[in-house]
Amino acid sequence: MKKLLSIFAVVAFAFTANAGTLDDVKNRGFLKCGVTTGLIGFAAPDDAGNWAGFDVDVCRAVAAAIFGDSSKVEFTTTTGKSRFPTLASGEIDMLARNTTWTLSRDVNLGFEFVGVNYYDGQGFMIPSALGVDDATGLDGATVCIQTGTTTELNLADFFRANNISYEALPIETNDEARENLFAGRCDVYTTDASGLSATRAQADNPNKWVVLPNIISKEPLGPLVRHGDHQWGDVVRWSLNTMIIAEELGVSSSNVDDSKGSNIPEVLRLLGVEGGYGEMLELSNDFAYNIIKQVGNYSESFDRNIGPDTPLGIGRNLNALWTDGGILYAPPFR
Amino acid sequence: MQNNLFQDQKFRGILYQTLVVGFFALGLYFVINTTAYNLEKRNIATGFGFLNNPAGFDISFSPFLDFKSTDTHLKVYFVGVLNTLLVSFCGCIAATILGFIVGIIRLSSNWLLSRIAYIYVEFTRNTPLLLQIILWYAILIQLPRIKQAPQIWETFYISNRGLFGPKPIFLEGSNIVILSLILGFIISFFIARWAKKRQDTTGQQFPTFTTNLSIIVFLPLVVFFIMGSPITLEYPVLKGFNFKGGAVIRPEFIAMFLALSIYTAAFISETVRSGILSVTKGQREASGALGLKKNWIMRLIIIPQALRVIVPPLTSQYLNLTKNSSLGIAVGYADLVHGFGGISLNQTGQAIECMAITMATYLLISLTISFFMNIYNRSIQFKEK
Repeated sequence: MKKLLSIFAVVAFAFTANAGTLDDVKNRGFLKCGVTTGLIGFAAPDDAGNWAGFDVDVCRAVAAAIFGDSSKVEFTTTTGKSRFPTLASGEIDMLARNTTWTLSRDVNLGFEFVGVNYYDGQGFMIPSALGVDDATGLDGATVCIQTGTTTELNLADFFRANNISYEALPIETNDEARENLFAGRCDVYTTDASGLSATRAQADNPNKWVVLPNIISKEPLGPLVRHGDHQWGDVVRWSLNTMIIAEELGVSSSNVDDSKGSNIPEVLRLLGVEGGYGEMLELSNDFAYNIIKQVGNYSESFDRNIGPDTPLGIGRNLNALWTDGGILYAPPFR
Repeated sequence: MQNNLFQDQKFRGILYQTLVVGFFALGLYFVINTTAYNLEKRNIATGFGFLNNPAGFDISFSPFLDFKSTDTHLKVYFVGVLNTLLVSFCGCIAATILGFIVGIIRLSSNWLLSRIAYIYVEFTRNTPLLLQIILWYAILIQLPRIKQAPQIWETFYISNRGLFGPKPIFLEGSNIVILSLILGFIISFFIARWAKKRQDTTGQQFPTFTTNLSIIVFLPLVVFFIMGSPITLEYPVLKGFNFKGGAVIRPEFIAMFLALSIYTAAFISETVRSGILSVTKGQREASGALGLKKNWIMRLIIIPQALRVIVPPLTSQYLNLTKNSSLGIAVGYADLVHGFGGISLNQTGQAIECMAITMATYLLISLTISFFMNIYNRSIQFKEK
């Protein structure tokens, strides 16, 4: 019986993808990355059917770091509800799906958040015709929320703390919530402010909608992996950090080749000209070069997908570099 | 002896059955063991302790219990169970009534009516239920917005946030009115029994229906005015974002109710049709020869015999409807799967526990329905004398 059990244990172990995700990914030849079911600017298929967006770029950066080719990603769509089981079961290698880093998700659900790629907060969007300019004026309103998110809990807390009533309408996906809001089934849509900007950009006439100034929570959004495989966690973490550090050092996809001849030591270390930092991660030494060349640095990705010149029109604010008054900060590359 | 033992049919039977049970138990053990092993390996907490933690989110659709975000996940569960039972109960009743009507219409000699019933049945039972739910919801969402809600006598309002109407408010003395209503039902029951007995023995008929209806209506009405109108109505009033006061039926509920009952009624109507056709033609002709009226033949001769064929498949339609109510998640109806099996599961991450409880609950509801339907089925079977 004991022998039988140990066979079962080995079989069970073999089925868990925990052991050596990096090796699994390398052997497979592509990265499996979980994203949203479609949130303009963060993760959505473009006109040609290719996934594009701010979260998608994190996946592409990891693929560029491992394979030197940012297109070697298979995207899996996940809802607010399915994202965690999908990651836990090993169906995907990492999740980049504007997911809020919280204690219970980090500890109780067995995940590891490798960093923050977008500092967000929960806000409210209403038709401007309602004439409300502060969320405390929403007494009695019907609120659409995406279920399975931290927003559900923040919402209850906010209305309770302000002693005002509301009626919640929990909706499964962002698209359904948008339909309900536009049809007038609910007065308010609440989710992360970035998501509201994305939803507003999809309205027939975005000027008819306002995002209220109230930000009722901290929502640090970042990519995550399964807990326990630290080597893999390091690869994803430093792929993200590379994009931030590249912006700090002024290295972008357009000047990355010239930068190889730079006289700044950290730039040379970053691009793999000096030192063996890629090897420490069991990657090639030019992994950061590939990320910057193919995906770009943080500000390039931001401006391309969600920045002021896009329909979303989001400013850098908190997400500016620490040197520019924001809180974006990556540990040094050495 | 050894040879004989394996040739013994009884011994072989026991051996095979023991083996099957043994392998099943081993398989179950393997599944549970693997799950526990992997949960531990991924540092996922297990257990049912989370049921007593505060939910932290709100449920707006809770007609029976008052729910606040500080209530526990256990209460989320009860709210979900009640909402599931509510839509299933209403759906089963409406589906039965509609199903019987359509089933009888399909056998009607009126060509147009029977064609319409035929098209209805073929259309509804050959399209997926989920699509029908979403279709109904999409239609309801297109109703007027709350600010433009059309009104009927300033009492009823129709909007895409639901149908609003007056709510009864029970003041002091209303208990006696309700008691008189119950008393009316009890008296009616005894009158009906007496009338049936008299008809059985003497053949004399008594106008049971009109008598009882007047007792049930007028007795509480008289008491109501004697007590000085202790029940008043609260009307919905548009205040700020929504209607305040009054009663409301939400579009999520209406969509579920309509889709479930209309879909299931199509199946029930086929069952009813087969039941009616199973009664031999001779029965109808014989009762016609005795001079019974046409609707009496249906009510007294055909339906009682058809029920013996109808009830067993009807039971499984009730079970289907109840289980199909779990599709409420598609339109945000706060049933068991949406609230406890969805939001609680997600907020706590206790997927296995939540799913196990949810499934056990559906099992319990289904077994209860089967139990009562079986009792009913036994009561309508042929009683051999």
